[in-house]
Amino acid sequence: MLLSVSDLTKTYPGPDGQITVLDGVSMTMDAGETLALTGESGSGKSTLLHLVGGLDQPDSGRVDIEGVDIGALDDGGRAAIRRDQVGVIFQQFNLIPSLTVASNIAFQARLAGREDAAWSADLSDRMGLTAQLTKYPEQLSGGQQQRVAIARTLAARPKLVLADEPTGNLDEATADTVMTLMLDLVTETQAALLMVTHSERLAARMARRLHLRAGRVA
Amino acid sequence: MNVKSVLLAVLIPFAAYAQGFAGLGTATQDFATPQRPAEFDFPADHGPHPDYRIEWWYLTANLKDEDGTDYGLQWTLFRTALAAGEVDGWTSPQLWMGHAAVTTPDAHYVTERLARGGIGQAGVQADPFEAWIDDWQLAGPDFDNLRMTATAPDFAYDMQLTAQGPLVFHGDAGYSVKSAQGQASYYYSQPFYGIEGMLSLPGGDIPVTGQAWLDREWSSQPLSEDQTGWDWFSLSLGEGKLMGFRLRQTGGSHYTAATWIAPDGTTTPYPDGAFQADPLTVTDVGGRDVPTGWAVRLPDRGVEVEVQAINPQSWMSTSIPYWEGPVTISGSHQGRGYLEMTGYD
Amino acid sequence: MTRAGLAALLSHWRRNPLQLFTLVVGLSLATALWSGVQAVNAEARASYDAAAETLGEGQFAQITSPTGSIDQSTYIALRRAGWQVSPVAEGRLEGIRLIGLDPLTAPGGLGPVDLSDGELTVNVLLSGVLFATQATLDRLPPLDVATQASTEVAPDVILTDVGTAQRLLGLEGQLSRLIVAPVQPKTQPPLADIAPDLTSRPPQAGSDVARLTDSFHLNLTAFGLLSFAVGIFIVHGAIGLAFEQRRPVIRTLRALGFPLRRLVALIAVELLALSIIAGAIGVGLGYLVAAALLPDVAATLSGLYGASVSGTLQLRPEWWLSGLAIAVGGTGLAASASLYRLSKMPLLASARPRAWAMQAGQGRLWQGVAALALLVLAAALAWGADGLVAGFGMLAALLIGAALALPLILDRVLAFGASRARSVMGEWFWADTRQQLPGLSLALMALLLAMAANVGVSTMVSSFRLTFTGFLDQRLASEFYVYADDAEQATALRAYLEPRVDRILPIQNATQDIRGVPSEIFGPTPDATYHDNWQFLQSAPDAWARIEAGEGTAINEQLARRADIAIGDAVIIAGQPFDVLGIYGDYGNPIGQALITEATFEALYPDITPLRFGVRMDPQGVTPLSIALRDDFGLAEANMINQAGIKAFSLDVFDRTFTVTGALNVLTLAVAGFAILMSLLTLATMRLPQLAPVWAQGLTRARLGRIEVIRAVLLALLTAALALPLGLALAWTLLAVVNVEAFGWRLPMFLFPLDYLRLAVFAVVAAVLAALWPARRLARTRPADLLKVFSNER
Repeated sequence: MLLSVSDLTKTYPGPDGQITVLDGVSMTMDAGETLALTGESGSGKSTLLHLVGGLDQPDSGRVDIEGVDIGALDDGGRAAIRRDQVGVIFQQFNLIPSLTVASNIAFQARLAGREDAAWSADLSDRMGLTAQLTKYPEQLSGGQQQRVAIARTLAARPKLVLADEPTGNLDEATADTVMTLMLDLVTETQAALLMVTHSERLAARMARRLHLRAGRVA
Repeated sequence: MNVKSVLLAVLIPFAAYAQGFAGLGTATQDFATPQRPAEFDFPADHGPHPDYRIEWWYLTANLKDEDGTDYGLQWTLFRTALAAGEVDGWTSPQLWMGHAAVTTPDAHYVTERLARGGIGQAGVQADPFEAWIDDWQLAGPDFDNLRMTATAPDFAYDMQLTAQGPLVFHGDAGYSVKSAQGQASYYYSQPFYGIEGMLSLPGGDIPVTGQAWLDREWSSQPLSEDQTGWDWFSLSLGEGKLMGFRLRQTGGSHYTAATWIAPDGTTTPYPDGAFQADPLTVTDVGGRDVPTGWAVRLPDRGVEVEVQAINPQSWMSTSIPYWEGPVTISGSHQGRGYLEMTGYD
Repeated sequence: MTRAGLAALLSHWRRNPLQLFTLVVGLSLATALWSGVQAVNAEARASYDAAAETLGEGQFAQITSPTGSIDQSTYIALRRAGWQVSPVAEGRLEGIRLIGLDPLTAPGGLGPVDLSDGELTVNVLLSGVLFATQATLDRLPPLDVATQASTEVAPDVILTDVGTAQRLLGLEGQLSRLIVAPVQPKTQPPLADIAPDLTSRPPQAGSDVARLTDSFHLNLTAFGLLSFAVGIFIVHGAIGLAFEQRRPVIRTLRALGFPLRRLVALIAVELLALSIIAGAIGVGLGYLVAAALLPDVAATLSGLYGASVSGTLQLRPEWWLSGLAIAVGGTGLAASASLYRLSKMPLLASARPRAWAMQAGQGRLWQGVAALALLVLAAALAWGADGLVAGFGMLAALLIGAALALPLILDRVLAFGASRARSVMGEWFWADTRQQLPGLSLALMALLLAMAANVGVSTMVSSFRLTFTGFLDQRLASEFYVYADDAEQATALRAYLEPRVDRILPIQNATQDIRGVPSEIFGPTPDATYHDNWQFLQSAPDAWARIEAGEGTAINEQLARRADIAIGDAVIIAGQPFDVLGIYGDYGNPIGQALITEATFEALYPDITPLRFGVRMDPQGVTPLSIALRDDFGLAEANMINQAGIKAFSLDVFDRTFTVTGALNVLTLAVAGFAILMSLLTLATMRLPQLAPVWAQGLTRARLGRIEVIRAVLLALLTAALALPLGLALAWTLLAVVNVEAFGWRLPMFLFPLDYLRLAVFAVVAAVLAALWPARRLARTRPADLLKVFSNER
């Protein structure tokens, strides 16, 4: 088992006391599996994704990635998980504005110490970014930027890709193109994909779906 | 005797500078040099000889209090000249330096005074005899009866000296050769003073009595370049007194000379080699290795004694530092004496 | 991994060189301000140390004579009685202070007799050579003695052997004073037994040169501290900027798996490197500032106090090291807070816009308490404590307290403004300004301090100048002053002048200690000139008439304060008691002064012949008379001074003080302006999300930009309004507390509303200049960037 989430609870302080965002969520994912995480706004999808990625910490429950309880790790340990096992693709593209497209694509692989120039070049090519490699992110369109973010994640060959509405900022046609590319590449690299999405259409392209309602698995 | 060697060495730059400077008035830098045969004219020669570069009135005493505790005492007035001759006022080329010390078996008190010549702050007059610097003095109606005082922040003394024998003359009737190259000084002593008086030490006043030895010496010639220091002994051996010195030379050789003084004051001078002194004990004195125990021999007189410092830490931390302190004598003869060593700093 | 992370961090600067520039410049300016002041201070101090060592002032007890002269035989008598004293013969040679010492008896600690090293060894000194700096030697006429240049002697001082000094000064057989060695023999007769007419003065840590120079240093130190405070605010701002701008990069790095601890370490190393570079640049700038100011400082010191500082600057490790330490330490201080917050902030929160700027507002209560406590402390110190340290403590408490209180006061003012706003725009403007306050408060505090310093110091200095001008009118009342070379010429000169002028007023003086304070005794001729122009601070009835009748004396304020003498007390002058009938202001004079009437003076000091004369005459006749004196009588041009010339010279000396102060003020204000610029730049990016909706609702970008400038003007004006009372409080402290403690006299405080107005204008101009660039950038923001706010904001 690649990912195991058990009994995860998370609350945030709100104007009228604590708001329970996740309320005892459990789930698992196997290597190479694709899973759509759906639900209404505020149902806790993004929070679950953040907890799985070690970007935030649960109030209770545990997250195991490859059998490692990431709740027991310190910040450095969680950073290592993000660097080496997991790749996160955000809705806003989170590129480093001062690095070129090429450097951005290679960046996470460099951090993880497994830069593969040929694979990066292949990814750039497949993403249609070859002509943009020496540009800076601000010179790209939104769709191109998101492709850079996806390429950056896949270039590091993560075992688990976490994506938070990766095409949420893109128009439908662009979104479809980018999504197709991403799914193809995820399959090809045998990575698992956990994707938060509003879109039924995108969710349908995934192998499995998990629907959250008010912080619980529906 | 003693600090001479160092003073001579140290004062060369003084003298050299003075030669390049015209402001010292009428004084000439053509210093007189000791000549053989030595001829003395007393009391005038108890006074200063400003035409010579360096001169001293150097008194050491071995004292005991009523409990029999040993004390050593020193009173010295040095004169050094930047140029020959004396001039009244600040332009006088004469400089004066006084050293006073009291040594007990476990303490050593030292103080120093410096003065310009020509203004009355320090000086020596022959008749009636008076040697002074500031409030210190060595003075009396004549050279045989002297009062000696010195003060310091932590000690003082007031002593009466009475000569019990004649003056004695070292070397060739007072012409004392200091090296194989012929450097020499005029050198006579009064080794027969009886002394009594009061030591004021931090612990209180102590009446003491004993024997004192006064050295008079003047010269203009520095030691030879290869002489690095000097070990000087004045020993009272019961049947006579012995003055001996050893000038250390680079390369480990020595130049020695000695005078045997019979109780009636008759002297026998000994040339280089007759007198031997070899270190037995080396003491760490403020980080310096100083020989404070000696094997001293004068075979011609059957003298074969061991000399040990009463207080090995008798370091004179004056502007020209040296070691000076009372010693005990054992072996073929018994007694007390004084030891001075320069060139160990 | 580290390399990739570092590359990402550093690439930010490559893409945004302007931000790097502002960071480095901000740091450099702060360092320059600090190290410039320090350089001047260190240089002046080093010169003083040389002077103090040369003179041994204050370090040792001294034996002096009421006549100012000690017979050499008395010295010998003291030595022969066991007194460890050392002779000094001193005087002026061509106006340069000549000090003769006896190196053999001078106590250790007097510079030149240090046998251990240096050029001034005993034997060299004994030879009678004159030692002085090359500049001093260059001013000497040819003499029959050898000279040697030495950097170990204070400027404007010649050091030599006592015998040589006696000969050159014509003091054969006479000594000026005796230095008493700190350690004396066990037994010693009392001084009175040997020399009953001499008095012993205990060591005075704060006497003479040391005392005066300390006062000037305290002023410079106050500047230094102020510049340090302003500098720290700026460094803080610059570092905050560096963090703000790279927050998204930092978040992305963390999200991609870069460990937090390593990130913090990398940033720390980066900042260390940057601060060292900026510090080095700042030290260089500071050197230039100091080099530009130093000649004026040197002139000020020698003019004001007669103490001398060499006009050249040396690179002293103490100040360039302290400059670097300020840059690195200040950066560390500023960065440690930011780094700490970074390390504590949750990963997902750290990109939230303005999160940090808003956090600054959270300690508000604590800040208010601290401000209040400091202000209360300042008031308590003003009320109860005295002494120089308390004076400066009060200054520090006042300034820091006020700085801390500033954001709170501004917040209340803005809240009040918002409550009174009539239009929607107005309401938004007040509220938005208020919201910006936390982000701007550091820069505004820096502005407040800079302005308060400006108000305070210029008030002090201008009050000083006003008082001094009046004082000059009083002191230089005669139209023309002439000097004779010797007594014979003086007699001839009087005879020559008698038929040609209205009145001749001889100026004669003697030196002695009055109640242990070194003083000059003057014996002016009874004349209307004095009663008309000399105003007493305090006096007995009919003071002038009684002084002219020989019944008493008038003394200066310094003497009165230092020796605690009041009207009606008696002082001893030349062995005679005199009632003190008047106390007069005597600004800029380090030593005591007493006036007795001419007849009395002549009776007490029969040996002194006046060589200087004040001449009352028709001012029109001064020029013809001086020509006649030169051509007819043969008096050298240098021996004549017309009053206007002296006045101009004296004012010039004071004006140099003001130049230094002014330059430092402008510099401080400029640096504060730069701090505002950086804060606004920082806020500009953060504020886009707040401005975008306003823009979207119909406000043009240009109008938004204008509003930004108006906002800066408003804040600058509010700060200026608060700076004025603070500055006046600062001035009061300087005049009424620090000046009395340091200089020995109190200055009346004058107000200069026009100056303050000009200052306010400067502050507003600085704020506008600082706001202009960010406003321009805002006005030119692409609509697309504003739109992005809506799509990007979480």
